[in-house]
Amino acid sequence: MAATATELENPLTAGLERQPVAPTTLVIFGATGDLARRKLLPALYNLAHDGALPERFHMVGISRKHKEHAEFRTECEEAIRRFSRRKPDEDVLAGLLANVKYVGGTFDDDAVYAQLSTLLDGCDEEAGEPLNRAFYLSTAPSFFPVIVGELGSSKLARHDRADVRVIIEKPFGTTLLQARELNRCVLAIFDEPQVFRIDHYLGKETVQNMLAFRFANGMFEPLWNRNYIDSVQITAAEELGIGSRADYYDSAGALRDLIQNHMLQLLCHVAMEPPVSFTAEEVRNEKVKVLQSIPQPTPADIPEMAVRAQYAAGHAGGEDVSGYLEEEGVPEGSITETYAALRLEVDNWRWAGVPFYLRTGKRLARKITEIAVTLKPVPHLAFSQGGSLGVQPNQLVLTLQPNEGVSLRLGAKIPGTRMIIRPVNMEFLYGTAFLSQSPEAYERLITDAMRGDATLFTRNDEVEAQWGICDPIVGTWSQTPGPRAGGIPKYPAGSQGPEEAGGLLREGDRWRAI
Amino acid sequence: MSVTSDAVWSEQGTTPDAIEAALRELLIQRHAENGNFVPARVLNMIAFVDREWTGEIANRLRGVGRYHASRLLVLAYEPGRERLDARVMIASEGEPQPGELALLRETVVVEIGDRHLDDLLTIADPLVVTDLPTLLWSPHGHHGIVDVLLEMSQAVLLDSVEEPLARAALDRACTLTERAYVVDLAWLRSTPWRERLAAAFDPASLRPELHAITAVTVRHHQASTAAALLLVGWLASRLDWQVGPLASDGDGDGDALAGSVRAGGKEVALRLQAAPELSVPGLEGVTLETASGLRLGLRRGTGGLRANWRDGQGVEREWTIPGASRGEAGVLGEGIRQALLRDPTYVPALMAARGMLP
Repeated sequence: MAATATELENPLTAGLERQPVAPTTLVIFGATGDLARRKLLPALYNLAHDGALPERFHMVGISRKHKEHAEFRTECEEAIRRFSRRKPDEDVLAGLLANVKYVGGTFDDDAVYAQLSTLLDGCDEEAGEPLNRAFYLSTAPSFFPVIVGELGSSKLARHDRADVRVIIEKPFGTTLLQARELNRCVLAIFDEPQVFRIDHYLGKETVQNMLAFRFANGMFEPLWNRNYIDSVQITAAEELGIGSRADYYDSAGALRDLIQNHMLQLLCHVAMEPPVSFTAEEVRNEKVKVLQSIPQPTPADIPEMAVRAQYAAGHAGGEDVSGYLEEEGVPEGSITETYAALRLEVDNWRWAGVPFYLRTGKRLARKITEIAVTLKPVPHLAFSQGGSLGVQPNQLVLTLQPNEGVSLRLGAKIPGTRMIIRPVNMEFLYGTAFLSQSPEAYERLITDAMRGDATLFTRNDEVEAQWGICDPIVGTWSQTPGPRAGGIPKYPAGSQGPEEAGGLLREGDRWRAI
Repeated sequence: MSVTSDAVWSEQGTTPDAIEAALRELLIQRHAENGNFVPARVLNMIAFVDREWTGEIANRLRGVGRYHASRLLVLAYEPGRERLDARVMIASEGEPQPGELALLRETVVVEIGDRHLDDLLTIADPLVVTDLPTLLWSPHGHHGIVDVLLEMSQAVLLDSVEEPLARAALDRACTLTERAYVVDLAWLRSTPWRERLAAAFDPASLRPELHAITAVTVRHHQASTAAALLLVGWLASRLDWQVGPLASDGDGDGDALAGSVRAGGKEVALRLQAAPELSVPGLEGVTLETASGLRLGLRRGTGGLRANWRDGQGVEREWTIPGASRGEAGVLGEGIRQALLRDPTYVPALMAARGMLP
């Protein structure tokens, strides 16, 4: 007998802040890697601490080296103790670890998947019901197609009585071609609703707040278009250098590392139309429309709309610091960019003619991620005769880090007998207005993936549209050593970035001070 | 969270105007010390307490950590007191790191006597931040004072298990819901239980079992009958049960309430049993049974709730659902946070619970 609509609803979930997550076994490929140790395992512990894991939860770690379950549990425990945002409760930690198992072997070894299948069946048997399965690919990207293929051939990609999902870490390809190929490979085995491509930026409260800011406040939306907005600047600056990540960073560069994914997502949040509803499909549909509205650059366009540079020796935090080429592990003569800036256009009805400036870099003056929306100047300045040289267009700045907030630059009269205007800031800081502490992005994302909510994950066409914008730039840069002898432009560590970035700006525009 | 710096002002024989001026001055001073000190602006909390217990209340509130209200006004009542004394403290959670903020939280303690009670609003009102929601807490009773201060409060914090009689507790909560949003700590203690019951029946294949429940047993701290009633009231209100008074059941196994409610055309047997071994307020265990023979038991355990599941074929399984105890400080902190939210299921649960009082 078919269930009625009433039977299909769960009346007990009303009013609960945390909605149930179906019983799940989470399989982490690359379970001994840096991401798993620093982020995933602590996130799982904190979910357990808060009572937010599913009723029945098992975790299986997979990595190359053979070891016993107990040895892996000890490694998990060490990682959790070291990297968790809170001191572990011993009983909760023991309870979590008791359901952790391990499979050792290479990702292309059929025997690994046979052993995994047996373990998963065992988890189901112990629970007395088939548990959902989530495969988390936290490995080097070259293993993604291998693992997905093996999951398919070992018949682990589907289950008659449970949901099976695959969570794929970034980078999702390093070129458009690779991203397409990876999508083709993944979607040959899994259906799109089973696939959760992580961009952990989307799990940050600050990014989600942008949607609340735009769509829960009526005062901004009437201004949010080409008639009132002059330009948009998105900055993700870091004070630090590449640290010990030379291997990864030198093969990626600033454009792939931040612009292709995180910063284009921020741009989408600024420029997207209000979705009909906040479901995964509606939100992602609107983001894809924005990405598809950005013209793909031709090689001839690139010198006019993209700038790259590399940090040279300089000063940061009161210390002398070395340049990129002197960093440990960086190949001699590398032309990898540590700074990238773009000027993009969103060619649609709302945004035609409004430049979107994006810039990111290592070893800049300070760490900040912000979106600055500059409004058009007033059409007539009645105060100019009074010496109001300080009048500037209104600017709305959404700061994502370090201090999440909103700042609005207004013109105000300087106290005194004359009508002299200067800009002042009206500031709101999220930290002052909420009691709660934001959960780590991975806690939110793991929970959402286990619940099957893909709103904060990137869809296949979204990834390809992002690469469609960045791929021509990556390709052109890789073929040209740069305009100056010896490689690409340089900027001193601790500075505002290269002078060349100024060349991207429209007349009258200027980069905000970092 | 360590409080690393405080600014303090105090005055004997003071006035609300002087206290308010001191607050403003201390904020200016702190900001001048370091521009990264920023006053939190989330929630006012008024605690009306007996002066002799001020220290105990201060300790309880210290334990809530980051859930501390941004401005806490403690009205410390001492019978016979004539003079208005006050202390203002502005504390930061730590020294600001370069480029980062340090939040300031304000505590105002005003010592009052009987002669101040008639004009209490004129003392309290100037000392809360305008336009922020205000949560009222009176842990030592004083219902008459609460009724007065409700005029300037949007939410009221209470703990139904602190009233000696469940009837008085639920009646009082019902009365308060007519004037403000009620945050009941007895209700919040049951959140993990409600979450787990909801999750257990969330698989679509198990949802029909919710409409086939035949028996519910709740074990609770001896003084937490109100909490047990609220849990069963929640089930009743969510599942459309027709409730009626339960009866005291003297079976020699301690205090108990028992009876049945109507669920559609069927009866659901209820039993609320005191658990003398439980030393903390709240619930000790819950068991649900259904017509198909399925039984779900949840009980307190180390590191989380211990679940016991018997399926229709009689096969039993047991496991622990991980979750750390929040402790009473955690529950109080959650209560303060809840003042900013709205749970639409509390009032229906409360009404149903009241309908089951013997």
